[in-house]
Amino acid sequence: MNRINTKLEEGKKLLSIYFTAGYPKLEDTTTVIEKLVEAGVDMIEIGLPFSDPLADGPTIQESSTAALKNGMTTAKLFDQIKDIRKTVDIPLIVMGYFNPMLQYGVEKFCATCAEIGIDGLIMPDLPLAEYEEHYQATFEKYGLKMIFLITPQTSDERIRQIDAASDGFIYMVSSASTTGKTSGFSNVQTDYFERIAALNLKNPQIVGFGIKDEETFKAATQTAQGAIIGSAFIKTLTEKGIEGISGFIKSIRP
Amino acid sequence: MNYNVNEKGYYGDFGGAYIPEMLYPNVEELRQNYIKVMQEPDFQEEFKALLKEYVGRPTPLYYAKRFSEKYGTNVYLKREDLCHTGAHKVNNTIGQILMAKRLGKNRIIAETGAGQHGVATATVCALMGLECIVYMGAIDIKRQAPNVARMKMLGATVVPAESGSKTLKDATNEAIRDWINNPTDTHYIIGSVVGPHPYPDMVARFQSVISEEVKKQLLEKEGKENPDYVVACVGGGSNAAGIYYHYLDTPEVGIIAVEAAGKGIHSGESAATSALGKEGIIHGSKTLLMQTDDGQITEPYSISAGLDYPGVGPMHAHLFRSGRGEFISITDADAMQAGLELCKLEGIIPAIESSHALAIFEERKFKKEDIVVVNLSGRGDKDLSTFIDYFKLA
Ligand SMILES: Cc1ncc(COP(=O)(O)O)c(C=O)c1O
Repeated sequence: MNRINTKLEEGKKLLSIYFTAGYPKLEDTTTVIEKLVEAGVDMIEIGLPFSDPLADGPTIQESSTAALKNGMTTAKLFDQIKDIRKTVDIPLIVMGYFNPMLQYGVEKFCATCAEIGIDGLIMPDLPLAEYEEHYQATFEKYGLKMIFLITPQTSDERIRQIDAASDGFIYMVSSASTTGKTSGFSNVQTDYFERIAALNLKNPQIVGFGIKDEETFKAATQTAQGAIIGSAFIKTLTEKGIEGISGFIKSIRP
Repeated sequence: MNYNVNEKGYYGDFGGAYIPEMLYPNVEELRQNYIKVMQEPDFQEEFKALLKEYVGRPTPLYYAKRFSEKYGTNVYLKREDLCHTGAHKVNNTIGQILMAKRLGKNRIIAETGAGQHGVATATVCALMGLECIVYMGAIDIKRQAPNVARMKMLGATVVPAESGSKTLKDATNEAIRDWINNPTDTHYIIGSVVGPHPYPDMVARFQSVISEEVKKQLLEKEGKENPDYVVACVGGGSNAAGIYYHYLDTPEVGIIAVEAAGKGIHSGESAATSALGKEGIIHGSKTLLMQTDDGQITEPYSISAGLDYPGVGPMHAHLFRSGRGEFISITDADAMQAGLELCKLEGIIPAIESSHALAIFEERKFKKEDIVVVNLSGRGDKDLSTFIDYFKLA
């Protein structure tokens, strides 16, 4: 069984962290992962940086630009994490945009992920229709879970299609926004979280975008099974470096 | 072979809609409605009336006698430079603003490089009384000050794109991010035949008025609808799509696409996408684009801001790969000379973008009896300072 499914079956509220590989320094990737595991996070999204990250706000954009300047590439990332399963056993997901994967070769990318022990992929600009028609077979051949996003604007009908095509979790984007908007949650989000909960989907949901502290983490996991923090974590890395990691995680889930 | 878009939004291997889920409702709404809306009689009526009364269409098809004599062939210029606002871009913005209104949107966003599409968008927003926000690379804002001033006079808000390389591709990213953050009241007017399906097809349809007119005008002048060649410069490819559109399936009509070679194709400073690009995803479309081996999108270069885009529309990627189109790239130096030559021979100051299309006659020879229609996509007023600096005219 895939580590993602196993983790979700534990039934607790999951804290998942996104970070950009090769940031703040090129060789920080595995250190960040290990510190996050030490601090007790449940799952990690390893961000493969891209020059034109359409769905991201300034914080993740800047970390991506910095990582690329540091010399991060797809091959470099795979090399850095090739032995990660010797020390880390929580679910690891690679999150990135589709073009670098396409250039690396979709099959080769999936094969390398499987070899390393990556459990799933989040590719925000690889939509459901293209995935099903061209890539699903390859992803499944290598046991990789494709994680799809839904937003407050996604219709119930489409959510059901996405649920049917998923086997892992559904990434519930908290509001109609790029990453890193930090206005906190209002009734709009609460209503949306409840609407989704009422759909009784087969896949658990994990909320992302706009989670930044204990309060937003609690609000997001009221109905959903977990939450993903990205920009707020990157900000901590920028301000405090690797040293800041354990304090940040404690502040979210004391 | 089919050279137009298929029902899945592809031109051969290229096109599609590679967009984050956040954009899905907007793009899907457009996809389901665009053809239906465009075919409504009152839409057609309003679109045609505005093209006639406001844009000044039909634009002339002008036989360039002295230019033709010099190159020993027959060159017609399709005078898109005479459109209101000075380029073909307004054909598309008129169409899209009417689309936006019918979809109930009251906030308009756009990207711009040189500022031509930004001006054309600000113009139609003023015409319709809609809010207009134009994203423009911080570097381009400095390079294209007169167009920034025009947009502001027309009531638009110009927002500098500070991310990435701070030019057109980044302005496009920012416009897309704005759309993600404003999913209900906003329409994004893309400026070329790029972006996710249905944009390339919708923009091509709005620009197709160019070849529709050429057919009629050529019939009057030459007794036949078909020239031997149609020629256009390609940035994203909207003026080219417009002049090719009604000839795509007429193999007797040769299609010539002219890209910007910048300082030379292999100089590292070029925008010749068909020569340098590989298949990939940019701004929601699978197409040819300039990128590193690792799939990072690279920054193109051309003296002409309107051709300074690292991709081409999926229609053009397909015309290239299928061999239907002949692709030629022209350096800064040759384009500038050709632009100046048109001034001297015909009394027409062309945009530097369009000058690239005029420059092919030095190397690409045509027969004496050939009829070659060149799309003169825009006028050179916006480029005066570049011409002045380049030729030390002041
Ligand atoms: C006069 C003119 N021609 C051509 C272009 C290139 O765009 P496209 O390839 O979409 O026609 C531009 C873009 O700004 C332009 O202003």
